[in-house]
Amino acid sequence: MGEFKVHRVRFFDYMPSAIRAMAFNRQSERLAVARADGAVEIFNFSDNYFQEKVIPGQDSRAVEALCWVDQRLFSGGLNGEITEYDLENLKPRYTVAAYGGPIWTISSNNQGTMLALGCEDGTVKMFEVLAEKVQFQRNFDRQKGRIISLSWHPSGTLIAAGMMDMIRVFDAETGHATHRLLVERGVGASKSREVVVWSVAFLSDHTIISGDSAGKVQIWDGVTGTLLRTHLVTKWDVLALSVSQDQSSLVAGTSEGTVIQFQLISSTVGQQDKEWVRTRTFKNHSHDVRALAHTETAVVSGGMDTQLVVRPLLDKVEKNTQESSLRKIVFPHRSLVCCAKKAGLLLFQFPEHLELWRLGESEGHGKPGDSLTVKTKPEKLIQLKRKGEDHICCSALSPCGGWMAYSTVSSVRLYRLQYNNNNIGITKVSRLPKDLCSVHQLCFSSDSSKLFASSSHSSVIVVALNQQECTYLHTLKPKSSSRQPVHLLFASEDGKWLATANTDCEIHIYNLDKLKLHCTVPVYSSYPTAIAIHPLTSNLVVVHADQQIFEYSLEKKEYTEWSRKLQKLGLHSLWLERDTPVTHITFNSRNPAHIILHDMFMFCIIDQSLPLPEAKTLLYNQMTLRSVPEPERIRHSHAFKICKNFQHLLCVRLLEDHSLVVVERPLLDIMSQLPAPVRQKKFAT
Amino acid sequence: MVEHGDIRVVHRGGSKINFREPVITNDSSFLLCASGECVKVFSTSTEECIHDLRGHTDLVTGVLLKPSNHLQVYSCSADGTVRLWDFTDGILIKTYVIGYPIYSIYASPDHEGIIFIVTPMLSDKRSELFQLVAVHLPQSGDQLVEARELSAVLSDVSSNPAAITIGRGGEYFASAKGLQLEVYFFRKQKSYRFSLKEGNKKGGRNTFTCVACHPKDDCIATGHEDGKIRLWRNFNHKKEYTYTTLHWHHSAVSSLRFTPEGTNLLSGGVESVLVQWRYNQESQRDFLPRLGAAITHITISPDGALFCTSHSDNKITIIQSCVKVSAVIQGLVKGESVRTDLMVDPRSKAMVLNGKPGHLQFYSLQRDKLLYNLDIVQQEYIHESGLQQFEVVKAAFDASGNWLATVEERKQKAAELELNLKLWEFDEQTQSFVLNTTISAPHEAQITAMCFCHAADSQTTMLVSTSKDGHFKAWQLATPARTEDEGPSWSCDFVGAYHGLVPKCCCFSADGSLLAVSFQEVVTVWSPSSWELLTTLSQPPGAIRDLCFGRLSCSKYLLGTTASNLLCCWNLLTCSLEWSTSMDTSLLLADPFSENMAAFCCQAGCTDLFVFKPSEPRPLFSHKAVCSGKVTRAVFAPREDMLESCEESSQWLNCSQLYFLTQYMDLMTFITKAEEDRLMASSKQLVIDDSVAMTPFYLLLGKHRQQQQENQDTLSTLSAERTPLPQGSVAIKELLQTPAHVLPSTSFLCSMFVQSLLISVTDSREESKHAEEEMESEKEEEDSEGEMESSTSRPREASLAGHATETAALALTKAQARELRRVKKLDHSWLSGLLDS
Repeated sequence: MGEFKVHRVRFFDYMPSAIRAMAFNRQSERLAVARADGAVEIFNFSDNYFQEKVIPGQDSRAVEALCWVDQRLFSGGLNGEITEYDLENLKPRYTVAAYGGPIWTISSNNQGTMLALGCEDGTVKMFEVLAEKVQFQRNFDRQKGRIISLSWHPSGTLIAAGMMDMIRVFDAETGHATHRLLVERGVGASKSREVVVWSVAFLSDHTIISGDSAGKVQIWDGVTGTLLRTHLVTKWDVLALSVSQDQSSLVAGTSEGTVIQFQLISSTVGQQDKEWVRTRTFKNHSHDVRALAHTETAVVSGGMDTQLVVRPLLDKVEKNTQESSLRKIVFPHRSLVCCAKKAGLLLFQFPEHLELWRLGESEGHGKPGDSLTVKTKPEKLIQLKRKGEDHICCSALSPCGGWMAYSTVSSVRLYRLQYNNNNIGITKVSRLPKDLCSVHQLCFSSDSSKLFASSSHSSVIVVALNQQECTYLHTLKPKSSSRQPVHLLFASEDGKWLATANTDCEIHIYNLDKLKLHCTVPVYSSYPTAIAIHPLTSNLVVVHADQQIFEYSLEKKEYTEWSRKLQKLGLHSLWLERDTPVTHITFNSRNPAHIILHDMFMFCIIDQSLPLPEAKTLLYNQMTLRSVPEPERIRHSHAFKICKNFQHLLCVRLLEDHSLVVVERPLLDIMSQLPAPVRQKKFAT
Repeated sequence: MVEHGDIRVVHRGGSKINFREPVITNDSSFLLCASGECVKVFSTSTEECIHDLRGHTDLVTGVLLKPSNHLQVYSCSADGTVRLWDFTDGILIKTYVIGYPIYSIYASPDHEGIIFIVTPMLSDKRSELFQLVAVHLPQSGDQLVEARELSAVLSDVSSNPAAITIGRGGEYFASAKGLQLEVYFFRKQKSYRFSLKEGNKKGGRNTFTCVACHPKDDCIATGHEDGKIRLWRNFNHKKEYTYTTLHWHHSAVSSLRFTPEGTNLLSGGVESVLVQWRYNQESQRDFLPRLGAAITHITISPDGALFCTSHSDNKITIIQSCVKVSAVIQGLVKGESVRTDLMVDPRSKAMVLNGKPGHLQFYSLQRDKLLYNLDIVQQEYIHESGLQQFEVVKAAFDASGNWLATVEERKQKAAELELNLKLWEFDEQTQSFVLNTTISAPHEAQITAMCFCHAADSQTTMLVSTSKDGHFKAWQLATPARTEDEGPSWSCDFVGAYHGLVPKCCCFSADGSLLAVSFQEVVTVWSPSSWELLTTLSQPPGAIRDLCFGRLSCSKYLLGTTASNLLCCWNLLTCSLEWSTSMDTSLLLADPFSENMAAFCCQAGCTDLFVFKPSEPRPLFSHKAVCSGKVTRAVFAPREDMLESCEESSQWLNCSQLYFLTQYMDLMTFITKAEEDRLMASSKQLVIDDSVAMTPFYLLLGKHRQQQQENQDTLSTLSAERTPLPQGSVAIKELLQTPAHVLPSTSFLCSMFVQSLLISVTDSREESKHAEEEMESEKEEEDSEGEMESSTSRPREASLAGHATETAALALTKAQARELRRVKKLDHSWLSGLLDS
């Protein structure tokens, strides 16, 4: 596997933001997740739950509710505005003020023609969905107290609204309330407090299901307005409800971090009368479950503890498949760390600021497994606060460490860094080319003379950097008419190639000498999660969301022999079962046959000179190899050398001096920064 | 070998009543439970055992009400028969011979004439596999019927009866074994299997322990090893089945039951708390805590009014509407082992041994009933397995039953041993033992043996304890040094040791003049009065296991058993070995009421019993293969009424009875043929009134009532017969019947006649006094008078008495008669005077 000096970095205080809202689009199988900082993430459930898009947040925008209308995504927030997102350019398309105070909930009818908003002032506002915008249509009868939750009857004629202490049923035509369902308050001390109906669901058989702050899930008859059944599920709040598409299953998320499933079951076999029965309880969260989505095969939940949990329903999926395993998505599926290979600098990207660190140095050599004494401590050189309201969406550091760039939705900023002994000078490059305004990805060339920025319609803007100024060179455009953004950029070591990957799964290779499209890699159905060009052989290595690895020769414009062999043999099942994507690929210049890649739980060196693992061989064999005598090792070793010594990895890079930088963010550290969860009585405490 | 044809080893008392789930009858008045080889019928209101249904020849493994007749009950047994009983009269109606050992029985009203039993796999009897078999009970008038029409329903089921149940309307069977639940639908002839994972990372064990079906809905409740309860629904789908998990118990759920209406689910386990879950509102639970011991079974009466829980300490608790414990039926408390010896309390003649944790139980063998538990440890017992808590390990009574010594210990780690020696005095007023002295850490290591000096006439009471720390200590009751101290308390009198060896056992001679303490191979004999080492005896190799002094005529002998399989008898007069024999004696026991000794010998996995006199070479009695395994606890219990057997082999059972505990904690005893016959006869005499449970109290009360009734009758007749006095009166008859020529003068008679009409007001005391006086005078008269005189008066008396009973007029007429007699006597004297003259 080789021996490396490892910089084990734990000073990146990355803190994901809590999940606020969720909306699942059943047609495209995409899940939109809104976080507390206003960011909206799109996960593609048909492609290994890959986080394909991230729309950065904004200071003033707190998303409280999300709603899909066909392929359009709307959100409502406590700033009282409706926002529609531009999913191609990863930014809000427009915002419309609702003039009703903070918006608590937003819901569209099944037909996709209307949006209903629940506002703080007690009105339900109806907006018509037009081709390019939404237009205010009418207000329903104003109620006392805020509207917390809304649910359309599938026919689109009735709306159930959850309020303080009650649920109201409105006629969508007239806007008058037809029923008033009083929700009982909690017992004891909470008797004096108003009960909040956090969530309602209106089923096609006119059953209304509500979840409230007294910990009840209640089932109502929407025709007569009577309470059918009360399930007391928690001492705290029931915050979210979600119903499966066939309306036979319901999940409720509570403040205790549990998700409770209810199923519509006939009490005796073969009879028709069915009732809602509490069945399973899933406990995958430590904090409030704020958002829930019930997909065909799984329950997706998210909340205060920032992780997105996909819990498959075992009665809907085949056992012991990739689908049947529990997934927790904690880290973003893109790199937040930039590494200046030559200078030994690390750039950490936060939504609010950037941090530039110099790696520490150690003295002497040690045996494998030893920890060396640190001679000079790692040092934070710069903490750069962003300007404006918008959060940082991408950043880059040049390999020499002389340039730093970041981008928000609206602007790009480029900085020149100068190091004089211990003093660091930072100067903003004032005049940037006009085209460089809204970019999705930034990348410096290896000699730091060029900056590449991906722009709209999968184009890449090339900017030349001089000592003091930067000039626009060219815009590289693919031949295809894709409107999707580029999410991966890679400039080759020799400065000849630039590879881009966009969310249409296209990978384009540009020849930078000619500033022309060199070739397009055959499109594979899964997203590329990491791309890299080998510095010596100029082979492009691509890893996809479904864990497949391809190697493509740029010179021959075809898959290499090794890649074909790998495809023919197939990857090891344990490799395919990993549930986090590979986020970065690097090469070892000392050993050209080595490809170094990592995901959240391991890093792996693929040795192309060694035979590929058979289906029956042990994949994680480093420990067993160590116990085998030297001559036998070769016989047992295979191409995949996997190291799990470091966990919760955000970044693995190989520096110029052949030391490895490993940036870890232990989940326990994240957990410890979360606010205290609700108090629960634990047995024997 | 001695002939012992008529002596049999039997379960007599103390058998398990918590072995299988009991049954409550439809009217909730009786509780039926399997107990050893019989089925016991208890009254739910009085806790009293009304009768035993005897007939099975092996362990009864299940009791079940006949679904089509609620006055009959099925019982199944390992002897391969199912018997049908009329439990109100205790009559065996029918015996169905199945031919295979039966482990449990199920039936449903929807399957007429069919019972389901669990038997070992028919193909291979030795295997551990069991199957559920449907048996068609043949319709036949015979008493003994062979049921050969068997059809297998489910194979590979658990032998635990709680793991199988019949579902709603008899439509399906649910059976759990290991990690798999199997539901078999009769109509579709199809079974569905649902498996759980071994356990999760946190160490939860998902193994099924019990199953219950909802009576009206299709819902199966299963209990699990880790304390979870799962409610399964939609189990007629291979994949879309679903379950709810309820979790309150912290360790395995041992029993689950739905109430007959299906509104509640009851569960119980080690926590000894009965939990009541609302069906469909499972967050609402009711608890009935502090039931005393781990719950093993829960039963609900058919009307749902009574719950009853069986507990691991051989107890059945009857609970009214989940709130009130209304009755407790307590059997002999049995743990996994008995740490103390079996003893007999000299006062109550009850057997004493470990009972509830930290208690000694007093169990009446004659009445087969627990008298009371004596709390020795006096600490709260925590119901959790794996905890080290105080245990009573030794106990001893002195000869009179005035003193009880107990040793309790707790071993938390190997090094730390907590020991307490407690001495209890019998308090006449409260009729119980009261703690007199607590000696904490009496020895530095475990106490191996303890005994009181048994001399009846000795002035001081002495206790000797031997310990692994190499010492034996004598404890004596000492009067307090200062007067303000309350009373006498115990203190150490002497510490003895012998060459640093570890003492194993100790024994006082019957008169208390000698103390024998064994130190490994050496027996040392001490004089307790001077604490002088008198002599040492040894028979190496092999450490001494048991020591026993002979009694009565054999008191010169000291017997000991060694680890090298020797039984030695030393003559204390010559200090030499009298005889020895080679046998692996596991227990040597002296009968305190005779010279007999009993030795239990372990041989080839079986235990043999020899009863012998130390002075005689030939054993009085021997019984091969008394039971399997080793017998380490036995006791001679005195009989209430002596047997008068003159047969040599059974003479040793005349004044005491030998009880012993087998390896599996079964209490066994020996019974003679004659005694057995007598018992059978007496049990048949009982005639039971249907309406009222027959209890001793009832019998007593009934007798009293009868008497009262009779008294009332007599009173009423008295008052009724007062008015028509003159004609019917004895005095008048007497007057009229006496020949006129012997009558006295009319004036004299007149006064007497008038007197007879008066109501006597003398109270009974005066009357009796009067009567006494009269008796005396009568005697005198009789003595003085001639023979003819007495012969004439006696028949008259007899006739009078006869007359009195006829008319049922007692007191008054008697008085009158007496008066009349006096008159007559007067009259006679007068007559004789006349004659003389």
